[in-house]
Amino acid sequence: MSTTETAHSSTESDASGLDYEETQLTLAPPGASRSDPERKRGLSDDHLPSDSSQGPSGKPPQSKAQVVGWPPVRSSRRNALKSCTYVKVAVDGAPYLRKVDLEAYAGYQQLLTALEEMFSCFTARNYPNERRLVDPVSGAEYVPTYEDKDGDWMLVGDVPWKMFVASCKRLRLMKISEAANLAPRAPQGCTKEQ
Amino acid sequence: MDRAFSWVAAFPDEVWEHTFSFLPTDADRNAVALVCRSWHRIERLSRRKIFVGNCYAVEPAAAVRRFPEVRAATIKGKPHFADFNLTITDWGGGAGRWIQSMAKGWPLLEELRLKRMVVSDDCLEIAARSFKNFRVLSLASCEGFSTAGLASVAANCRNLKALDLHENEVEENCINWISHFPESFTSLVTLNIACLDGEMNVSILERLISRCPNLKTLRLNHVTPLEKLVGLLHRAPQLVDLGIGMLIGEGHPGLFSKLESAFAHLKHLKNLSGIWEAGPLYLPAIYSICEGLTALHLCDSSIQTPELSKVVSRCKNLQQLWAMDLIEDDGLIAVASSCKLLRELRIFPSDPHGLAQPVYLTQYGLLAVSSGCVMLESVLYFCRQMTNSALLAIANNCPNLTCFRLCIIEPYTPDYITQEPLDAGFGAIVELCKDLRRLSISGLLTDRVFKTIGASANRLEMLSVAFAGDTDAGLHYILSGCKKLRKLEIRDCPFGDKALLDNADKLEAMRSLWMSSCSVTLGACRLLAKKMPRLNVEVIDENGGGSLESWPDDCHVEKLYIYRTIAGPRTDAPPFVLTV
Repeated sequence: MSTTETAHSSTESDASGLDYEETQLTLAPPGASRSDPERKRGLSDDHLPSDSSQGPSGKPPQSKAQVVGWPPVRSSRRNALKSCTYVKVAVDGAPYLRKVDLEAYAGYQQLLTALEEMFSCFTARNYPNERRLVDPVSGAEYVPTYEDKDGDWMLVGDVPWKMFVASCKRLRLMKISEAANLAPRAPQGCTKEQ
Repeated sequence: MDRAFSWVAAFPDEVWEHTFSFLPTDADRNAVALVCRSWHRIERLSRRKIFVGNCYAVEPAAAVRRFPEVRAATIKGKPHFADFNLTITDWGGGAGRWIQSMAKGWPLLEELRLKRMVVSDDCLEIAARSFKNFRVLSLASCEGFSTAGLASVAANCRNLKALDLHENEVEENCINWISHFPESFTSLVTLNIACLDGEMNVSILERLISRCPNLKTLRLNHVTPLEKLVGLLHRAPQLVDLGIGMLIGEGHPGLFSKLESAFAHLKHLKNLSGIWEAGPLYLPAIYSICEGLTALHLCDSSIQTPELSKVVSRCKNLQQLWAMDLIEDDGLIAVASSCKLLRELRIFPSDPHGLAQPVYLTQYGLLAVSSGCVMLESVLYFCRQMTNSALLAIANNCPNLTCFRLCIIEPYTPDYITQEPLDAGFGAIVELCKDLRRLSISGLLTDRVFKTIGASANRLEMLSVAFAGDTDAGLHYILSGCKKLRKLEIRDCPFGDKALLDNADKLEAMRSLWMSSCSVTLGACRLLAKKMPRLNVEVIDENGGGSLESWPDDCHVEKLYIYRTIAGPRTDAPPFVLTV
């Protein structure tokens, strides 16, 4: 399922797609689309639309698990069976907000990759226990932070993923200089995904 | 007055006004207004209802000036694809300027319906205070307001008949906004608060319901507790339309029989909607009202098909069914054999991203319904597999389809048996269903399907396309055909400049065109904007705006929204939406 057109590792995005399905025990009916070879077709095949020309808004085509707005169901309806996990994402210095559905990601790495794609001027840089996004033009570094249910601003990555999804109200990519004011990290600096 | 039109004076203005009141559509009234100056004057002074399909197509002040006696206004804002997060937050669609102009020019306004607009609490306050005869407020897919705004509507609109909130994003900062309806307030006919997440004070709600004897529609939100529901239902046995929210709770037998009895008292109930979590346990409580139902909306329900089949087989008079794909083929076969009067079917995906167990909903379900329900005219269907032969059979079974929206969840999915594109299947739909007004296509599709649509879909007004087509010719077929096309929305298709420029005039005959992730360049947008001064050509730049002039012609446009307007470029566009 890896494509050569996506800039990031596609195995991460597959975590919520193909690989998960392969490890699941299911009794698939004959001819069901799930076990069809056709199911493995995706945007990597010949029929990929020719929008790969780059421009000011040129981005690599989104990978299979993260196509924005597809399928065309309203987010309010999609999340009706579980609690709503859409949060707003703000970037210091940028005039606009985006929204992400935390339940669409399996872990921190996927979320970060998605943020990187969304605000495509950034590239992710992984420090041993931390994640930062860097604006290659200005060299400014941003740390992903979030506001939790108590109204405190925390660094993304400190708590187990599921706990984060349950408590995150909104995200902010904060300039590294401002992030110094945040609550100190938990001693174990847990970044293990669950 | 011109001698050729002297016959107009043969009747007083009131006679013409009365005659015009029988004209069913705005298009007819517009035609009448072109006949002569007198008719133009009489028509504009007697127009009572106005529909503005795109809030940016005309200046609010101009609309209010032209039709000074309007009593009911419907206004739509953002493009349809905004529902799926394809536009950007803060794109626009603000209702403020409209509300201000209406408050000044239409003090007698009675009905206001807004869809996909940003409505602030200030707007609601101004509306509530300015329109003394306000009767109907309907907000669908709107955002920007809070329950504090609703409180001011409740407090100030003494004769409100309808408060209809459909799928809005509402900030809930005023818990007891419902208590702002004064004790003297008794006029409510419709109350739809299904989209609110917060808990309602049930006793306040009960008192409100008790003193509104004309209440016909009550759609509660999902946190209304089951035990309280019984009390509410007993106070409104005259209900025609009920939405009940989640049926959460452990089963205790006493509650079930109370619920059953409460439902049995609703002798006039025609519409039932809601979210059912504890479905299988409480579902039989509604059996007594099933036969009277004409509409059943269970689109957020987690009930599985054996229980669901038992419900639908009792709904012999059902005309409208909205459900999750959990109904599966078996459930739809039950629908086909029991619901002979069915006109509209909508099936939504319970698991849009395919993370859970597969659901046995295939083309067979839709095929069964098309064959068993001869009155079927509107379909929305999400599924994972389809065949050309099924589509052909559906088209043959239902030549009266007016709306056909099929979403095969995985892009580029071919006919799963023959592996061919689904051109032939969709082609059959447009060729055999001559009254088709709305179409959404999906699956593996080549330019051929567009050729057929362009040639045959003569009544088509709205078309949605995603991940389809091979070349620009696809778009050209649509724009050069489809005589009645008003709205076209396209994403992720290899359509580009040439088709747009060759069909520039068509774009002014349409309400709007949305294209995202296609192959359009800025140069083409510039040419188009220059050629067509009455189009707004808006480019959304996700990287934060900046000077459009500096970009080269060959740079790729990711999101494009074109619409006709007599108001010129809009003044409220955020920095990342640039009018070319």
